[in-house]
Amino acid sequence: MPSLLIQHGTILDPAQNLERRTNLLIRDGRVARIGSDLGRADRVIDATGMYVTPGLIDIHVHFREPGDEEEETVASGSAAAVAGGFTTVCCMPNTKPPLDNEGQIEFILREGQRVGLANVFPIGAITKAREGKELAEIGSMLQRGAVALSDDGVGVADASVMRKALQYIKMFDGVLMQHCEEPTLGGGAMHAGVVSVSLGLPGIPPEAEQLMISRDLLLNRTIGCRYHVQHVSTAGSVELIRRAKKDKLNVTAEVAPHHLLLTDESCRGYDTNYKMNPPLRTAQDVKACIEGVKDGTIDCLATDHAPHLLEEKELEFVHAPMGIIGLECALALYVKALIEPGHVNWLKLIDMMTAKPAQIIKSDRGTLREGAVADVTIIDPNRKWKVDLSRFESKSRNCPFGGWEVTAAPVMTIVGGDVKWELAER
Amino acid sequence: MSEAPTTSPTETQPLWKRKHLLSIEELSAQEIHFVLETAKSFKEVSTRSVKKVPALRGRVVVNAFFEDSTRTRTSFSLAASRLSADVIDFSEKGSSISKGETLIDTAWNIEAMGVDIIVIRHAAAGSAEVLSRTVKCSIVNAGDGAHEHPTQGLLDIYTMQEKFGRIKGLRVAIVGDIVNSRVARSNLWALTKMGAEVILVGPPTLVPRSFEKLGAQVVNDFDSVIGSVDVINMLRIQFERIKSSQFPTVREFTRFFGLTGDRFTRCRDNVFVMHPGPMNRGLEISSHIADGPHSGILTQVTNGLAVRMAVLYLVNQAQQENKVSI
Repeated sequence: MPSLLIQHGTILDPAQNLERRTNLLIRDGRVARIGSDLGRADRVIDATGMYVTPGLIDIHVHFREPGDEEEETVASGSAAAVAGGFTTVCCMPNTKPPLDNEGQIEFILREGQRVGLANVFPIGAITKAREGKELAEIGSMLQRGAVALSDDGVGVADASVMRKALQYIKMFDGVLMQHCEEPTLGGGAMHAGVVSVSLGLPGIPPEAEQLMISRDLLLNRTIGCRYHVQHVSTAGSVELIRRAKKDKLNVTAEVAPHHLLLTDESCRGYDTNYKMNPPLRTAQDVKACIEGVKDGTIDCLATDHAPHLLEEKELEFVHAPMGIIGLECALALYVKALIEPGHVNWLKLIDMMTAKPAQIIKSDRGTLREGAVADVTIIDPNRKWKVDLSRFESKSRNCPFGGWEVTAAPVMTIVGGDVKWELAER
Repeated sequence: MSEAPTTSPTETQPLWKRKHLLSIEELSAQEIHFVLETAKSFKEVSTRSVKKVPALRGRVVVNAFFEDSTRTRTSFSLAASRLSADVIDFSEKGSSISKGETLIDTAWNIEAMGVDIIVIRHAAAGSAEVLSRTVKCSIVNAGDGAHEHPTQGLLDIYTMQEKFGRIKGLRVAIVGDIVNSRVARSNLWALTKMGAEVILVGPPTLVPRSFEKLGAQVVNDFDSVIGSVDVINMLRIQFERIKSSQFPTVREFTRFFGLTGDRFTRCRDNVFVMHPGPMNRGLEISSHIADGPHSGILTQVTNGLAVRMAVLYLVNQAQQENKVSI
């Protein structure tokens, strides 16, 4: 493997609280040294004006394999990941069949390695077939390499099953990632509010999310399992998590780019690219999510990259599937939502995309410490570009951000010391 | 053959430019007023011995109904034939929930047969609007889910205007299952734009407070407003709502929100009672009220024809003008 010397960039490594203009040497797939006078390397990369960061990590993607390979595969999803600057992605188990046993976990791991672009880490289902009734073989899946457990797409509705899941996962010090939606209140097509009332669409009230978070926090109070709230979307949820953290409860949370940038007003016109679950909420909720990011209530950023066929997204709003893709524009969208308005600085943003998610999945990646696996992303913070869906590596095109003028782009993605992707027209 | 109505194309040009009618929400008060005026001249056509004008001769109107409807479809069919259009009825129950032919495919297929106007009724909110973005012909919304039923809204205010000589300042109560009602929404928009006061009446499970932000007053106690309104528009009870616990029983619903004989005695002397049909007699409305002198229910049906003729006429004309300008 050729050695790499990345010169003159600004190295951002939140895990070491490091922000310094210096050089980075990669040898044998690992970070060899940071500093000046690092000697020679097989390839020298000029990173003047760039940020050199740990490889970006997204703990919430859907790669649809097995079962819906026409929407996305581990291969196409990995290509999308590295094109978006992500070196590690964690795929959700709501496939067909679901990832609810160690054979399926093994399949995703092997397929990820065979493709050989990003690190693709599987997340196992909490319950068999994600039905919320019986626990899946959680221990075996964790042992085989699952990095977390989730029934994403639905929450574990049954309180007794949920309590057992928390107890059981705690035994392995695993992390339970919950899609928080009380099903008897959920099931609508968009946020329940003035817009849904005027469009005549069934609504999903914020309480559907908050009720499950409240219940889970209560159940987990005496158990203390590592509990992670997926795609936070409401002001009430942010407040619940904020208070739980104050009470020293074992909870973490993520937020998706669309919940930082868009509101339910976008659903006017019935464009199904604005239909996702949890739904786009109000401007007040967006503001609260941003506040949650700023004060650390929300730990990390995750795209909830959810590919769907055009044919399915063309169905009537109420029938179309939920979700949008996000890997290839996520970084620029976070910059638009958080950095451009001055809410956070680059070090904090990169922390939420590297060290923090790595901590949640207990990975030793997400840092540029000497000796660490050389997952590195080089970012041009000033590059202006227009989101062009036709150039996405993903198999799907369900994304409302097409045509958006954005700033900041990954220019090179290095995984395990290997350049897996670089921007063609640098 | 009779002459076309008195409204001349030169008059319509500046006021009506829409080739589709998708909702009342998007219309201005002037546009609504203009449709009502046009409908007035079409109502006169129905009084002639030969009830036909050549306004849409050679044009093809398809009634694409993906949901059961007898009244609205018949009304649109008759309206189109009175305008001398060729009318085709297309009914298909159910919707394309899974993969396979989508609604858009179906519409493209219909359009490929050389159709000028598609009148669409569909169970999914937004269907008409989404179609209007993908086809070249005109789309007239005949009801899309719980969103809107614009011709019903127009015919309702037409009927009120005819009765009172004005809309501005009227106090109108719309009673019943508001949240699931496209009729309520279209009425709300039409009435508020024309300066009427709208009071939505029903239990909180059927009338969310959010409607206040759309300009309505939300009231849970029917009796508290019944003596002060000019118009009572009763909506149909939908029995399937009982299953979702939006109200407990029909009996209890009738007790609190039905237009019963007892309640009716507390109404204003000149109160006007409306219902979009089909009625559940004895449930949301007593028969003697529905059939009595205060009822405008059959007038609504008659006016519906004139309003739909006006709408078909106007969207067709706008489409023709667009073609010329392109």
